[in-house]
Amino acid sequence: MTTPLLEIDRLRVDFHLPQGTVSAVKSLDLHIAPGETLALVGESGSGKSISSLAIMRLLPDLAEPSGSIRWHGKRGEEALLDTPLRRMRQIRGNEISMIFQEPMTSLNPLMRIGDQVREVLKKHTSLRGKTADERVIELFEQVGIPEPRRRIASYPYELSGGQRQRVMIAMALACEPKLLIADEPTTALDVTVQAQILRLLKDLQQRYGMAILFITHDLGVVRHFADRVCVMRHGEIVETASTQALFSAPQHPYTRMLIEAEPSGRKAPVDPSLPVLLEARDIKVRFALKKRLFRPSEYFDAVRGIDLDIRRGQTLGIVGESGSGKSTLGRALLRLLESSGDVRFDETDLTHLDGSAMRPIRSRMQVVFQDPFGSLSPRLTVGEIVSEGLRVHYPLLTRREREARVIETLEEVALDPAMRKRYPHEFSGGQRQRIAIARALVLKPEFLLLDEPTSALDRSVQATVIELLRTLQAKHDLTYLFISHDLAVVRALADSVIVMRQGEVVEQGETEALFRSPRDAYTRELMRAAFLDAVS
Amino acid sequence: MLYYVGKRLLQAIPTLLIVITVSFFLMHMAPGGPFDGERQLPAEIEANLLATYHLDQPVWKQYLLYMGNLLQGDFGPSFRYKDFTVTELIMQGFPVSLELGLWAIGLALLIGLPMGIVAAIRRNSTVDYMVMGTALAGVAVPNFVIAPLLALVFGVLLAWLPVGGWNDGHWRNMVLPVVALSIQQIAYIARMMRASMIEVLGSQYIRTARAKGLAEYEVIWGHALRPALLPVVSYLGPAIAGIITGSVVIEQIFGIPGIGRYFVQGALNRDYTLVMGTVVFYGALIVLINLIVDLLYSALDPQIRYDH
Repeated sequence: MTTPLLEIDRLRVDFHLPQGTVSAVKSLDLHIAPGETLALVGESGSGKSISSLAIMRLLPDLAEPSGSIRWHGKRGEEALLDTPLRRMRQIRGNEISMIFQEPMTSLNPLMRIGDQVREVLKKHTSLRGKTADERVIELFEQVGIPEPRRRIASYPYELSGGQRQRVMIAMALACEPKLLIADEPTTALDVTVQAQILRLLKDLQQRYGMAILFITHDLGVVRHFADRVCVMRHGEIVETASTQALFSAPQHPYTRMLIEAEPSGRKAPVDPSLPVLLEARDIKVRFALKKRLFRPSEYFDAVRGIDLDIRRGQTLGIVGESGSGKSTLGRALLRLLESSGDVRFDETDLTHLDGSAMRPIRSRMQVVFQDPFGSLSPRLTVGEIVSEGLRVHYPLLTRREREARVIETLEEVALDPAMRKRYPHEFSGGQRQRIAIARALVLKPEFLLLDEPTSALDRSVQATVIELLRTLQAKHDLTYLFISHDLAVVRALADSVIVMRQGEVVEQGETEALFRSPRDAYTRELMRAAFLDAVS
Repeated sequence: MLYYVGKRLLQAIPTLLIVITVSFFLMHMAPGGPFDGERQLPAEIEANLLATYHLDQPVWKQYLLYMGNLLQGDFGPSFRYKDFTVTELIMQGFPVSLELGLWAIGLALLIGLPMGIVAAIRRNSTVDYMVMGTALAGVAVPNFVIAPLLALVFGVLLAWLPVGGWNDGHWRNMVLPVVALSIQQIAYIARMMRASMIEVLGSQYIRTARAKGLAEYEVIWGHALRPALLPVVSYLGPAIAGIITGSVVIEQIFGIPGIGRYFVQGALNRDYTLVMGTVVFYGALIVLINLIVDLLYSALDPQIRYDH
């Protein structure tokens, strides 16, 4: 066996908090060979990101790492945890590089992207001036940034998420590192972009012969990407195996659970003779971009004339990548923002209703948003959050009656009603999403707009929320408009689907038929990217 | 950009109108008039004076008259400083006030920014607690308390510096008023800089900068400073307004012949036109400074483009 590039033995990371000491990583052992791709997979809170920061010695001050991390770099074997910080800075960005999950916030917003890459060269190489510029342009070409010569003068906000991640990769590769740590590099990106970035990483790995430590929560992503997989849970590794062995014969129950947590199940299409609950014709939404004094103003057409019908009991899925207009469409249908076109709900024309006339209908159309952290008021208890709608729509209910409704609803979403006295920050992401569902459900609506309700959740939690949505739909004969960029989830929940791109419908039809034989080229690309199996 | 500047200037009109109207009527509601002195004037002379300055008219007529003159750029004559128009007085006092104010804001930035930066870097250390304790005291003590204390200690007891007077802007005369005027702003700026620096140092792109292998001073100078300055820049508008209002008191205490002193004396003497003139002048100045600060902000942050 060749000498490993990196060896981690009994790594432990303790956080010294005022409430006491918490171990984020309890005992981590792993090694990476030169040129190898190792995936470190775990759900949120498993300690995988903390472990990667420990390698780079980038942990926050409160954290105390112990154990050993041995690096076989340009200067032979070094114990990274004990290396002087001065030497560590020579390793960072030079021998070991890192890219992060959030391409939106990981680049300095006030610095031109060319300068941000040039800075690494200046730090670790003798390249200066024109030759450094040429190297930056070469790197930008390699990572697939169009017009690199012009782009070096751009600021991060002028780039899309995928392009920013390419800049991050260019920055990480500038000094041809031996190891690239990629911490959820594609999680914040659209599926088609994710596929491009993964392909790019593979290409560059071969060109530079570097090892990759790929950290992710998504087991599906690593299937065709990693050589070996470590599954991490509660700060410990539960299973390490070659990728093939792990997927074909997972040993640990937790690994099996992760593999099975991929969304499954199908919804049977509803009877086409059922009445249409929500009907929309020629919905258009336009936002003003620039208002100018002497020239015509500029507009952006987010939704460009969409028709749809949703029958009672149906789940219509809307899929599309960010910027496709799917959330805007959802909000326009609920009259939550200005739009043109006609919307009819249960035979009532909503188009010209004003705020007070809409109110009785609002209780019948409810909404659950993506962000379970941002969409619950941190100053209200769960009970107050859930009962707020009742106060507005049923002002005559007594305290006791309201309380009873809240308890009943919380039980329905499988939350302990005793928790209603607590505040949202005390709950996990999945629990919060249940609270958000309870808030919508308490008014006994007929129609629910679900805007990416499972996208911020771990796969295993996601599966339980999907199950809950299914149960509730069957029990209360609910109609769903399910908006998501996650094709696997839509396939499991919706009986018909609309694929959106740039504010327009590119394809629509019954879920199974559409997924089995997509006709439109864009839909096919989307599917290939989402179900990575098809790529290789 | 042009659209934005135009819009902001148009928006300033109602603001100034309200300021002018409210101060006009407040001024006239105060008891007494410009010609009430210890010595009672003969009735005919007083009537004559009042008629000359239209003070015998109903207040609303005076208001319309004043606004009419203002629209033509005429601030009117001063009631007390005979032979001077209000414009002349303002033009005489403004260079003095401007010099005082510029030094004060300069000093506030020169001391406040490094204080905040050091406190942020050495967060929760003794240095941090000392700096922030001092800043808290600076915020809490108003300048009309600080000014006489400074004059007492450095002017009277130690006799290092003159207790008052301007002496054509000699530096020895300037030290105490500039310090008195800037202490509160030093404190505000230090606190603000500390808070925004701490926030920036915790952001993702700072982690990226460290992951590149940059040394800590390179991270702070190259990556953290500019974004951390943004909130301080947007505070400059209110800070300058604070310096201006502060200078009204400070100029009075140190006997400095700037606009502030005219303003206080004008108010005490019921010199209606002088007070109104200063209010309009300072009102317009503050509006203009806020606009400049906002444009400066867009120069620092490429994401801010004033197109809307």
